[in-house]
Amino acid sequence: MNEEELSAIVVETLRAVAPDVDAGRLDPERSFRDQFDIDSVDFLNFVLKLEVRLDIKVPELDYPKLSSLSGCLKFLQAHAAP
Amino acid sequence: MSQNLIVKPRPGHGPAPNLVDYQAARTTFSWSRAAEGLDGRVAGRLNMAHEAVDRHAAGARRDHLALRWLPRAGEPQDYSYGQLQELTDRFATLLAELGVAKGEVVAVLLGRVPALYVAALGTLKHGAVLCPLYAAFGPQPLCTRLSLGGARVLVTNAALYRRKLADHRSRLPGLRHVLLADEDDAASPLPATAALWSLLRQADPVPAQVTTGAEDIALLHYTSGTTGMPKGAMHAHAAVLVQQVSARLALDIHPEDVFWCTADPGWVTGTSYGIMAPLTLGATLLCDEAEFEPVRWLSTLRGERVNVWYTSPTAVRMMMRLAAELPARAPFPDLRFIASVGEPLNPEAVHWSQKAFGLPIHDNWWQTETGAIMIANFAALPIKPGSMGLPLPGVEASLLRRGPHRSVTPVTQADVEGELAIRASCPSLFRGYLGEPERYAECFADGWYLTGDIARRDADGYFWFLGRADDVILSSGHLIGPFEVESALLEHPAVGEAGAIGVPDALATERVKAFVTLKSGWQAGEALRQELLAHARRRLGAVVAPKEVEFRVELPKTRSGKIVRRLLKAWELGLPEGDLSGVMVDPAASLTEDPPRHE
Repeated sequence: MNEEELSAIVVETLRAVAPDVDAGRLDPERSFRDQFDIDSVDFLNFVLKLEVRLDIKVPELDYPKLSSLSGCLKFLQAHAAP
Repeated sequence: MSQNLIVKPRPGHGPAPNLVDYQAARTTFSWSRAAEGLDGRVAGRLNMAHEAVDRHAAGARRDHLALRWLPRAGEPQDYSYGQLQELTDRFATLLAELGVAKGEVVAVLLGRVPALYVAALGTLKHGAVLCPLYAAFGPQPLCTRLSLGGARVLVTNAALYRRKLADHRSRLPGLRHVLLADEDDAASPLPATAALWSLLRQADPVPAQVTTGAEDIALLHYTSGTTGMPKGAMHAHAAVLVQQVSARLALDIHPEDVFWCTADPGWVTGTSYGIMAPLTLGATLLCDEAEFEPVRWLSTLRGERVNVWYTSPTAVRMMMRLAAELPARAPFPDLRFIASVGEPLNPEAVHWSQKAFGLPIHDNWWQTETGAIMIANFAALPIKPGSMGLPLPGVEASLLRRGPHRSVTPVTQADVEGELAIRASCPSLFRGYLGEPERYAECFADGWYLTGDIARRDADGYFWFLGRADDVILSSGHLIGPFEVESALLEHPAVGEAGAIGVPDALATERVKAFVTLKSGWQAGEALRQELLAHARRRLGAVVAPKEVEFRVELPKTRSGKIVRRLLKAWELGLPEGDLSGVMVDPAASLTEDPPRHE
């Protein structure tokens, strides 16, 4: 899966949890929480949905790595099935 | 006693609990004697900020560490009681220069940053009323609260202001000053705002010229009701007495302790225990700017040598998910006492904590209106996991049943449910709902404050929370008013009617679910559902907005047209419908109009 496809999946998953997210204005380097309202339960649901969608298991200790778009891509590229 | 009981061995480390003999303390306790622990009463004056800061700064604890701030990234910043005094004096001077009068409202909308503590305590020193706001609220709840409270000054930061309020400033004509507490003052000032830190540097650090008495209003905390607008619960400076006593007896804080309260500063716990109470005892307050992050929290507990930790069930339940991945039981040699508040803590969490930390979690209970902890599991007493605990010495708690004409009768049998009530003489009880004397009066009967919480009391006197008497939703420790949620949904052109309820959630206790009917011409579907969820989140913020929306053909209503949320809830959860007299139930009302969902 290339970066573009992965990015589309992350944004789609994020919008399933927080449909108010404006994908066009998402700054990949900044944390999600600094850009829009997402509470800790939303964030957990986001990670759980990503796990289902990509058929992976994200260890809880790695959750903080998924707090921005670029962080998600870096982590998922290393862990998601090709 | 019940079998499900955690009897604690005497602690192997640290000082003995402040409260050792509960029964003796209850018998001999008096508030007037407890008030000797305060400084200000001597001169007939009382001020929360004086008790929290100035009295220590004037004495031997001047150089003691009052506040350690952990920024999201970077080095911790330390403030002694002396330094905190200087900064809060400057803030009080600034308010005087801005023309803020005693009793006027200063709202604070900030995360856990040093400016929060400076603004909160400086506001109280100046005799103004502190109104903490929750940064996760969307523009609508924020504007409602700022406008109902008549706030004169708002202390916030550029990012929050730009995102939530800049476009709505015209709705707030009474708001005269917006002070932005950004570290980098010079960065492009926004129109109609001023840079807080520059102003503070220019303000003189001289003692405030205003004096306050025990009954002067200090705090304005908004909380949610079933109907209508949020309620502004007002607390007097006198509440500091119960804040201090409860921190000593229920949280077991000692003066040499490092105390960490993880509550958001926008809620009452974040003020009473996240700022005031531990400082009145001369302890060290730890504050962490970062949002909840289990791994960071564990290393903070260890690295900052936290002695007493006050947290929430939602956070604990999220940490429990980590347990399996922790390499080995991490030692927390300094941690002595853990407490939790906001919603009932499930027994599994108490047992998990014993394994993870070697200590159980002590659940306690109070609410915005009570101003301080009222019922608690104490350090020296056995814990009943799942129970709220026993009343604080000096606090009389009871279970009542409401009768006609505002009469109440006590529930005296064990394990029978009733409405939890607190004797109205407790000094920290709220002094009114701002601008709503009738709503305030309705909370009292026969010398009792009726809390709206339903509980039972077992044969040992422990209280057990059963639920709310009204439709208010309890989610992640916060009360959410269904009316606010419904109002926001009704602003969408597609929505004809809306009803919001709380449905059980494994992490947050309850999550908000909304039921809507559509106006003619609109079609239920996944796209509209997402649009409504987004609409609500933009207006209300993530914590208040519904997590689910379901379309209905009709909603159940009373003859006068009020939506019967309890029936929506009964259907949703498969519970008995209860008394249906006065309710018009269109057979279609229980039918979903939901198209099939695809995840």
